[in-house]
Amino acid sequence: MTRRIPDLPLVLTALALSLFGVSMVYSAGQTDTMTFVANLWKTQSVWLVVAVLAAFGASRASVRFLDWVTPFAYVLTLVVLLLTLAFGGGAGTAASSKSWLVIGGMRIGQPAELAKITVVLMLARVLANRREPPESLLDLWHPALVVGIPWVLIMLQPDLGTGIVFIGIFFAMLFWSGVNWRLLLLIASPAISLVLAFSTRLWGAWFLLLLGMVWLYRPYLIEGIVLVCINVVTGVVAPILWEKLAPYQQKRLLVFLDPSIDAKASGYHVIQSQVAIGSGGWFGKGFTLGTQKRLNFVPEQETDFIFAVVGEELGFIGVTLALTLFVALFLRAIRISSRANDPYASLIAFGLLASWLVHVVENVGMTLNLMPITGIPLPFFSYGGSFMLASWLSVGILMRISGEGRGRGDLAAI
Amino acid sequence: MSYHPNDVSRRATVARLLLGAGFLALISAFFRAQVLRNKEYLAQAEQNRFREVPLAAPRGIIYDRNGRVIAENLPGYAVSLLSPTADSLRSAMRRLTNIIPITDDQVEAAVRRWRKNPTRPAVILPDAPFDVVAVLEERRVENPSLIIQSTPKRYYPDGPAVAAFVGYTGEVTERELADTMHNDYKPGQQIGKGGLERSYEAQLRGREGMRYVEVDARGRVVRDAGARAELEPEAAKPLRTNIDMDLQKYVVELLGDSLRAGVVALDPNDGAVLALHSAPTYDPNRFVGGIPADYWRELNTDPRRPLYNKVIQGRYPPASTWKLATSAMAMEAGLVQFDDYMPQPCTGGYRYGRYFRCWNHRGHGNINLRQAIEQSCDVYFYQVGLKLGLSRLVAGGLKLKMRERSGVDLPNETQPQFPPDAQNYFNERYGTRGWVAGSVALNLSIGQGENAQTLINMARFYTALATDGKAARPEIVSRNPERVQIMNLTEAQMQGLRLAMAGVVSSRGTANSARVEGITVAGKTGTAQNPPHPDHAWFMGFAPAERPRIVVGVFVEYGEHGYVAARIATKVMARYLKAATAPVVTTE
Repeated sequence: MTRRIPDLPLVLTALALSLFGVSMVYSAGQTDTMTFVANLWKTQSVWLVVAVLAAFGASRASVRFLDWVTPFAYVLTLVVLLLTLAFGGGAGTAASSKSWLVIGGMRIGQPAELAKITVVLMLARVLANRREPPESLLDLWHPALVVGIPWVLIMLQPDLGTGIVFIGIFFAMLFWSGVNWRLLLLIASPAISLVLAFSTRLWGAWFLLLLGMVWLYRPYLIEGIVLVCINVVTGVVAPILWEKLAPYQQKRLLVFLDPSIDAKASGYHVIQSQVAIGSGGWFGKGFTLGTQKRLNFVPEQETDFIFAVVGEELGFIGVTLALTLFVALFLRAIRISSRANDPYASLIAFGLLASWLVHVVENVGMTLNLMPITGIPLPFFSYGGSFMLASWLSVGILMRISGEGRGRGDLAAI
Repeated sequence: MSYHPNDVSRRATVARLLLGAGFLALISAFFRAQVLRNKEYLAQAEQNRFREVPLAAPRGIIYDRNGRVIAENLPGYAVSLLSPTADSLRSAMRRLTNIIPITDDQVEAAVRRWRKNPTRPAVILPDAPFDVVAVLEERRVENPSLIIQSTPKRYYPDGPAVAAFVGYTGEVTERELADTMHNDYKPGQQIGKGGLERSYEAQLRGREGMRYVEVDARGRVVRDAGARAELEPEAAKPLRTNIDMDLQKYVVELLGDSLRAGVVALDPNDGAVLALHSAPTYDPNRFVGGIPADYWRELNTDPRRPLYNKVIQGRYPPASTWKLATSAMAMEAGLVQFDDYMPQPCTGGYRYGRYFRCWNHRGHGNINLRQAIEQSCDVYFYQVGLKLGLSRLVAGGLKLKMRERSGVDLPNETQPQFPPDAQNYFNERYGTRGWVAGSVALNLSIGQGENAQTLINMARFYTALATDGKAARPEIVSRNPERVQIMNLTEAQMQGLRLAMAGVVSSRGTANSARVEGITVAGKTGTAQNPPHPDHAWFMGFAPAERPRIVVGVFVEYGEHGYVAARIATKVMARYLKAATAPVVTTE
């Protein structure tokens, strides 16, 4: 570690994204009738400085130290999540949920953002400690528990978006640890059953496919039976579960299928976001000049739907630039991950990458109704302190792993 | 975990491929939305932010025959709200109630207007008083979705004097909107509600203009003028009428507020309506922009029925004014001449099954047709009726258009009541054995029985008497004067009738008290029995008797005797004829 700044390309990419993001937060505030959003870019700039400093601080911590501190951090995370559930409060559009840690009336932050990192760390620790990747469902109980406990706590807030991120992290890290894709598919099967349960025919087809896979893959007998049973249950229970969903959750899912069914309320966000992006054209309406944004037709334009502002004001060119920067960041993370000098570090890098990726795909996809609306922010862009901090902490950790990692050749020594 | 470099690089490749696929999928989705469907979304974005604000066109000004204004437009104010949803409209109005008075009914009315056309600003106060507008303008910043615009407001300078024919304007109702006839109307627009305003709505309406304001997602006006080129409203052309405002106001003065009466004055040569008034009257200005509930209640509960037009809607037995119809029929049939006497002289009554009385209990003695008209002898006309017989009486009445509307250019004219035939109608009404043709004929011959006429239709009949037997369709606005031959009498016979009628307004006649200096008035009084209430008074006539230039019909409810009506009528004629000789001052 002789270089002062480890992995300069990574840092520059993240910095480019962040500056792009802060200017979009600035633009989001430039509306015809000014609101509190007009000044948020200043706060966001301060957070960015804090976050970059924190990242450099984090990059001083060795992977060994991280390894040592992981269990404590993980337990602390669980405690904080429990506290949030007990004393938390909501904010903004999710005013009725409990995702903010509130102490003495002060909103401290969203613990779920930091939980994403600690869960990645803990899961990496658990998976890295194994000689072989998990080969059966029984082998998976430990990793599943590591993700499952905080996941349940977060789903209780409820924060569906972060819940999805956890699932993404879980699958990505299992994949990276070498778990067979067929086993991954078996794990995912109850979820797939759940989704397909709405069409009896589709679910039937899926169920036959599953039986075939169980036959080919030959897990333990008990596992196979349990798996099939779970699938049957989810398929049957799904409609009942649907009834249990809050009306707004149901609406969000239905609106995803057809935004026009509720064009004034739930579908409104998606339609307006699409109109904003679609009206941007090749080059957009110009920085700060988006009419949909200026007139407040774009909902949540400084947070969840900030990408609609990018689309409207900078057009297809701007969108391509932003997505290219993200892809560059992700390719860099894959590179770091594959060059890390131990499985633990490698898994951390890949887990952090997965977390970002899920955020980007879900958030950007949602602005064009390719994904259901879950209220998930866009890394480096969406206004929010904890999230900016968490994103840059991830950058810091990646910097460290990159710095410690040596060449591909050295990895073979392990 | 399996961490062999080969495995790792294989997984990294898979990860890169998945990443690339995801990136391509997203990029192509954006390409489709932003490049391929750009136009569609651009149009939606425009539609999002522009709201049409209608600019009402000034209605056509209504003039009298000398260019005096009957209806004009004053600057008024309309207040509307732009709102994305019905709920936000409600809450915005509720907020406004803190500064201006708004009733719950007004809120609901605005919401209904909004529902009919959500992209148009919902009119909340169609006619806002200036003080309300001032208050709202002051608080405009707090209510950015508010649109206050000056809008022409209908005004009738002589309000109560022209109520009987001018009508009024008001906001188009939901029922009117549902009518296919009004499918180019939009909620919040003004429409003619009665009288000329309604008859000539198409002409008076003008064409609405359009202004565009830019709004934000909450429907707040962000940019007002200049957001987009506006469409100027097109004022309607003025409407000229045949009304003589000088005469009209004179009539109104004559009747005052205490009489319950109708007066109509026509030019017999072309049917031009010179004056038309129904008393008591009301002020149409108070109807514009919504009738105040208390005023409406007051008018509706008034026993004198001010809203009931006694000229075109009131239907009364024509009584003795009908005797000219009987005379004309009998002369046309060659049954009677001016100097003919009837078999029985008048002794105060006539026995036909039962005893039919003459109004004069002492009897008129042995008189001829001319005297019978002058003195309105019932017994004489009973016998003329018997000579004619029921079928000829009914057929004659039908030929005189006594079962048809006069065709005056006003809405809601009542159709007169008259038997459509001499047989079936009575059979259906009284049963085949329940009536005697002779008795019916007796009643019909003196204008009683199954006969109820509107004042305007009787006036139309008298235009035929005043001229050459052609009845002129009454026209407030000159359309295409239409005169129909309803009587086939010789010129001498027509003159004879007019002479006899002149006798009515002479020292010998029933209207001797109505004589005026210097003008020979011809006419006929009528006293319609109205048990148990006092009789109604009629007078139909024209002047000058030799070459009539004005026909006047007067009907006074509970007037007791025809001469009451006659005194009014002759004054009206005198006023018109004297003024007409003076030079006409045009103030246009």
